Amino acid sequence: MKVSFTLNGRRVEVDVEPNEILLDVLRFKLGVKSVRRGCERAECGACTVLLDGKPVYSCTVLAPMVDGRTVETVDYLASNGELKPLVEAFVKAGAVQCGFCTPGFLLTAYSLLKRNPQPTVEEVKKAIEGNICRCTGYQKIIEAILLASKLYAEKRSERKEE
Amino acid sequence: MFYKLPKFNYYRVTSLDEALKLVNELEDFKVIAGGTDLVMDLKIKRYTPKNIIDISRVKELDYIVDDGDKIRIGALTRLQEIVDSPIIREKAYVLAEAVNQMASWQIRNIATIGGNLCNASPAADTAPPLYVLNAELKLVSIEGERIVPVTKFFHGPRKTELKKNELLAEIIIPVEKDAGASAIKLGRRNAFTLSIVAVATLVKVSDSKFTDVRVALNAVAPTPVRAPSVEKALIGRDVSLEAVEEASKLVVNDIKPISDVRASADYRREMSIVLTRDSLLKSLERIGVKLGGEE
Repeated sequence: MKVSFTLNGRRVEVDVEPNEILLDVLRFKLGVKSVRRGCERAECGACTVLLDGKPVYSCTVLAPMVDGRTVETVDYLASNGELKPLVEAFVKAGAVQCGFCTPGFLLTAYSLLKRNPQPTVEEVKKAIEGNICRCTGYQKIIEAILLASKLYAEKRSERKEE
Repeated sequence: MFYKLPKFNYYRVTSLDEALKLVNELEDFKVIAGGTDLVMDLKIKRYTPKNIIDISRVKELDYIVDDGDKIRIGALTRLQEIVDSPIIREKAYVLAEAVNQMASWQIRNIATIGGNLCNASPAADTAPPLYVLNAELKLVSIEGERIVPVTKFFHGPRKTELKKNELLAEIIIPVEKDAGASAIKLGRRNAFTLSIVAVATLVKVSDSKFTDVRVALNAVAPTPVRAPSVEKALIGRDVSLEAVEEASKLVVNDIKPISDVRASADYRREMSIVLTRDSLLKSLERIGVKLGGEE
């Protein structure tokens, strides 16, 4: 069956079997390799994508279910500049070790900061409970998200001044 | 591709009428809403249905409505919407409290309250708060609708009151005035975990006596359960720490825990007592009755 949806700002149409999952379609049919195959059982968060703007696991979404909807990955948010402060913060805080979990964390963190621009440590921890870092670099990831919150705020005030 | 899903025909519906016609006509189907449980069950081949009916776009079942004396929640309301809903937070806080301890943000963003109930896991985390709120469920089919108490909905692990051609449409919650309620969950870790046991309680107090007590637990029996032994022991009694502690011990009469990968039956029994006590104390605190109790 044909499934058509907006992927990273672009309309795509792809032929799928009803029993294919979004994760596989993104990686194997649409070449989006930033979406990672981790546990495949809705536990690790490496396959996180934004579905209609909200973080979900792409490993438990049937491909036909995204027909007509919007899917975003880090590639898009990085290319349009929206992710820049967050990436800067991850680099500064040393929040990337092996990097496998990073795209998932970035998407979750990005969504959190959109919803709650100045989260507390507890709110950050709550938001990322569905993302696992097997290098166990959580402390630095939390620091990075808090730092990003400041960087986004600076960016917003710069824009206002302009 | 480590997991391969079994093949199935996929049907997408956009209205309840269409959905009801399909579940009436088709044989050997599973209904998908959020899919967070079902897709995993397909992956591990717990189910190999010939047909999948996707009801995730039936917008008419996605709502939270405040009718004054009751709240109505559409079965396709996503869990995170329940956590964030000002109506639920104000009038049925215990449900938001329990749902906020479920799964992870990614799952709560797509999983539905109806899916959690219909999946009928003994560890369904929406069940204890709905049990103590005396919630009712609206089940619909092409023949009409019927209302059943949520406590009658679960028949066993993955078995429900739903007939083959019925769908869960709505959760109806009577609004309790002057009641204190709370939900506590114990898992193997604090975040994103399955229940070893979860408890919800609701209490009403008048003239320093318990006038109503409701206790419900999950993951300690084939279905979520109420704990009538605890409830009966407290109703009519003077409110005291001793009464709460004594009554909480009786919870073991109402549960039948098993040992599994998460915990032993003995541990579950012990923790059921502790969580029942803690939740009762917390519920009392929420209506201004502080009994201390050891932390």
